[in-house]
Amino acid sequence: MNSLILQTATRVLVALILVFSIYMLLRGHNYPGGGFIAGLIAASAFVLFAMAWGMEAAQSALKIPPSNLAAFGVFIAAISGMLALFSGEAPFSGQWLQVTGDKNSGGLTLSNVLIFDIGVYLAVLGAVLTLIFALEEPG
Amino acid sequence: MSWLLALPFLIPILTALAAFPARARKLLCGFISVFGCALLLTTTIVILVLVETGGTRAAQMGDWAAPFGITLVADRLSAIMLVISGIVGFCVSLFSLSDIRKYRVKLGFHSFFQLLLAGVCGSFITGDLFNLYVWFEVMLIASFALLVLGGDRIQLDGGIKYVALNLVSTLLMLTSIGMTYGLTGTLNMAQLHISLAAVDNPTAVSALAVLFICAFGIKAAIFPLFFWLPASYHTPPVTVTAVFAGLLTKVGVYTLIRTFTLIFPSELQFPHTILLGTALLTMLTGVLGAAAHYEFRKILAFHIISQIGFLVLGLALNSPLALAGAVFYMIHNIVAKTNLFLISGTAKRLTGSFELSEIGGLYRASPLLSFFFFIAAFSLAGFPPLSGFWAKLLLVKASLDQAAYFVVAVALITGILTLFSMSKIWAEAFLKDHPKDYCQSLQDIPRYERYERLLPVAFLALITLVLGLIPGPLIDYSLAAAGELLKPGEYIEAVLGLDIQYVGNR
Repeated sequence: MNSLILQTATRVLVALILVFSIYMLLRGHNYPGGGFIAGLIAASAFVLFAMAWGMEAAQSALKIPPSNLAAFGVFIAAISGMLALFSGEAPFSGQWLQVTGDKNSGGLTLSNVLIFDIGVYLAVLGAVLTLIFALEEPG
Repeated sequence: MSWLLALPFLIPILTALAAFPARARKLLCGFISVFGCALLLTTTIVILVLVETGGTRAAQMGDWAAPFGITLVADRLSAIMLVISGIVGFCVSLFSLSDIRKYRVKLGFHSFFQLLLAGVCGSFITGDLFNLYVWFEVMLIASFALLVLGGDRIQLDGGIKYVALNLVSTLLMLTSIGMTYGLTGTLNMAQLHISLAAVDNPTAVSALAVLFICAFGIKAAIFPLFFWLPASYHTPPVTVTAVFAGLLTKVGVYTLIRTFTLIFPSELQFPHTILLGTALLTMLTGVLGAAAHYEFRKILAFHIISQIGFLVLGLALNSPLALAGAVFYMIHNIVAKTNLFLISGTAKRLTGSFELSEIGGLYRASPLLSFFFFIAAFSLAGFPPLSGFWAKLLLVKASLDQAAYFVVAVALITGILTLFSMSKIWAEAFLKDHPKDYCQSLQDIPRYERYERLLPVAFLALITLVLGLIPGPLIDYSLAAAGELLKPGEYIEAVLGLDIQYVGNR
């Protein structure tokens, strides 16, 4: 589609949608949201980009093949689930790394739950884009 | 323990991830896949031994106590299903080394194959309804990818029918899971056994039962919901069909058995009546469909349906012997069916086609292959002393005990018609001469390929033969498994612990 209005609007919108997808990803930690829906939102940004600028432009904007992205996402998720192995707990148990302060006074903690969600985010983004890019390729 | 129970799906997922970057190198990728399957098989055997010696095992994922977190449970039925999935996975991955072409490997065949195994094993070991749904989705995505991989026109045609009907099934399943949660406030299967019996709303529970029959019935391919199966199973490479035929529909039957022995209260009789009717019709329509076809794989595909009828029959009769029959039948059937599809692939390699009218001369080309086919096919038809005979005997005896003579008649007619179809393949593909006198001998194909094609077939035929000659251990095991299914006390205790406080939101 070669529309000046769409192309101009897309420049702004794609950035906004991607930021919003990150927001949804992080929000999912305590509220509705999370990796799955955020991955879908991010994929929609690339789809919008593809509609405005063409499939090749979207593919080169993504830099890496989407199928690799999906596999990498599953890999991160699987690894984060297996981190519990080192502390001898059950699979997919939450692991917490205290960065600053202590647990009760609200210091900064990192968790494997977040890593898992990032994995889901990448897996969904990659899988959806693999499907959509494949549909556009000439058979 | 909790790690051991998670391994049956962790191993295939990690293997899939390992095979993905290696997909450009056919040989390496294939070996990763075979190695992963060998590891899976070993793990499942360990689980089987543990369950057999120490009773039902349960593990809570993420240390969230049942019934609130995801529980993995291995009882006798789960354990034997896991082992048989390991065996099928191993044999089929070995066969795939020579059957799957380079461009399909490059598209990620082995990763999707492992993902499919993860979905199957996950469904067998989970003790949570929603988690079961997730594994069904994993299975659906992987199987759809395997069906259309490579993208022949006929594959896409079959793939669309397959995915459309399976999406309907998934939707029904999600609806019924939502309703279950609304009624009971839990999705843990062991907890559901307690909570669902306490629900004072017979209309809703009955509706739920019917929804579950439809959802899992489509997956299991029972009458009249089976039409997606013969429409799609003859389209992909034979390796894919073999693993689908062996495992996918059986996951549906497994979940039906779980649902109507564990989740729903045993006083609820009408689902078993519905299942009895559908089982008989499934047996007959499947075998009649097979009689009408003259394509190797289509005949076998229709036979899958007819065999599903026998499995559901075991559940419908709902006696210890009948359920044991269903378990034994399932094991026998998975082995024989996978083997027949693998043989059909080698038959095509030698003769050039799946159409029975266009092929022939296999007996002269390869007596060994013919021998393996004979074992698998006549076991399927229930010929003594092969494994299928004992499977049918258990079910027929169970029906006689309940004075269900009509059921016995249908089972025997189905057996005879199965024999007819198998003899048809035997006569057309193996005994008669090839119409164009073009039939390679097995000796003509390269040596490593010969091994990759024959070893899995020989192994599966050996299992069929051993099960036929020494059926005692597996019959005892099946009876024990059936006893556990009918008295789920041990299962519930393993999951929830001794003192059960939570009853759900009545």
